Amino acid sequence: MNESHNFRDVAVVSVASHQTKTLSEVNEVQLMADLISKCRNSAGVTQEEIGFTCSGSSDFLAGQAFSFVHTLDSVGAFPPISESHVEMDGAFALYEAWVKLQIGEVDTALVYSYGKPSAGSIIDVLATQLDPYYVSPLWPDCFSLAALQARLLLDKGLISLEKMAEISKRSQKNGFDNPNAVRSSKDVSIENLMNEPTIVDPLRVSDISEITDGGCAVILATGDKAKSLCERPAWIKGIDHRVDSHTLGVRDLTRSSSAFLAAEKAGGNIDRLDVAEIHGMTSAQELILEKEFCLTEETQINPSGGCLASDTMMASGLIRISEVARRIISGQADRGLAHATSGPCLQQNLVCVLEGE
Amino acid sequence: MSESEKPLKAELTVEYPFTRTTGKVIGAFMTGLREKRLFGIKRSDGSVLVPPLEYDPITSEPLTEMVEVSQSGVVETWTWIDPPRPQSPWDAPHALTLIRLDGSDTSMLHAVLAGSPSEMRTGMRVSAKWKEERVGHITDLEGFIPETKEVDS
Repeated sequence: MNESHNFRDVAVVSVASHQTKTLSEVNEVQLMADLISKCRNSAGVTQEEIGFTCSGSSDFLAGQAFSFVHTLDSVGAFPPISESHVEMDGAFALYEAWVKLQIGEVDTALVYSYGKPSAGSIIDVLATQLDPYYVSPLWPDCFSLAALQARLLLDKGLISLEKMAEISKRSQKNGFDNPNAVRSSKDVSIENLMNEPTIVDPLRVSDISEITDGGCAVILATGDKAKSLCERPAWIKGIDHRVDSHTLGVRDLTRSSSAFLAAEKAGGNIDRLDVAEIHGMTSAQELILEKEFCLTEETQINPSGGCLASDTMMASGLIRISEVARRIISGQADRGLAHATSGPCLQQNLVCVLEGE
Repeated sequence: MSESEKPLKAELTVEYPFTRTTGKVIGAFMTGLREKRLFGIKRSDGSVLVPPLEYDPITSEPLTEMVEVSQSGVVETWTWIDPPRPQSPWDAPHALTLIRLDGSDTSMLHAVLAGSPSEMRTGMRVSAKWKEERVGHITDLEGFIPETKEVDS
């Protein structure tokens, strides 16, 4: 972030999230009403004290136009609230809220996002985001496209099947302590992972993300307001998002140059990172991101288990931010990087760098 | 139930009631498909994008110079689709690939109609296989077939 600007200090002061394989008999309104209440209660604020509310969700996933309007019931929209929505992951809604806070008219914001892919076919929904003339009519599913990317990396010797298995192992072990992790195991072995059947060649079962239902809510506040709501706010020191070409064939899919640029602009590696939560839908994508973010052994990567353990479309990115913020608020970490992605093969990338005082 | 007690019913067809033309670049590519020809577009550095784009993906310059490219090329990466998605143009298992056609500097997504994954490898040569009836759509290409096999169209 450009230091010459006078940015207002903005922090995450409260987070709540929930992910599970299938939310049965609970709709999006009920899910979010619970999470938003938890989030507001832990910060000790009522909706009247929230200056701006911004959400992220997908009408394509819900199968209904303006589906987010229903979910506003979970916020309590009376007296009238100032509100916005993005058809994107909640991390991008958080970016909009951060910009709104920079304008200076409000001091607090509620950000939330959710997805319930169990009600439909997420891999077909994601095919509709592709080029409508050249690609979408072929209906490539998201994991097949990620498999093309993984094979490029393997063929060029940039990763190996063993390295991918190590990422899956890390995810499953880390996920063991996370109640939101659906695929987790305390004693998973590289050998077992290497012998798993291939789902989309060359990706095995544990190389691809575990699709789950869920949601996340986050409260942001500025300066003194943040200090009054939280003992140790997680200050947003840098936030940036960048986009690569929509056309797969013109990109170097062994890299994610937009992820690199977003991390650079957000000041990712100007200082030690205690923790990084990165958003990839395959083990191979996590390896690309580790490289783009120049992460080393001193950084704990995806202590939540990441998306291989639990991946909720539209919420996974915001959950990465909440996982880093939670560790800073509790004093477990001082400085962390959170990443969110969107589009095929790591096309759009957002990086948020958080710090405690 | 008497006639007056029956619930009211109305037909509803969900539709997207807008049309747009594909324009000079995408339209030219689609017209080419109908004629069993593959076109790309030249960038200012002389490299060729296939399929063609209206604007340069890096510099955003408008692009105009269409060039015809070969119907054969090289598989840059692949995965195996089994079973295909119900909406997809293919009924049988096949490879999904990125193919760089001779004369192109970028790759396009399409299927290679191989019998099994054991026939697939990165770097293999493939050639276009066309549908009998073509309408100017990406699926006018039935797919690509390995060059060791006879090209039947």
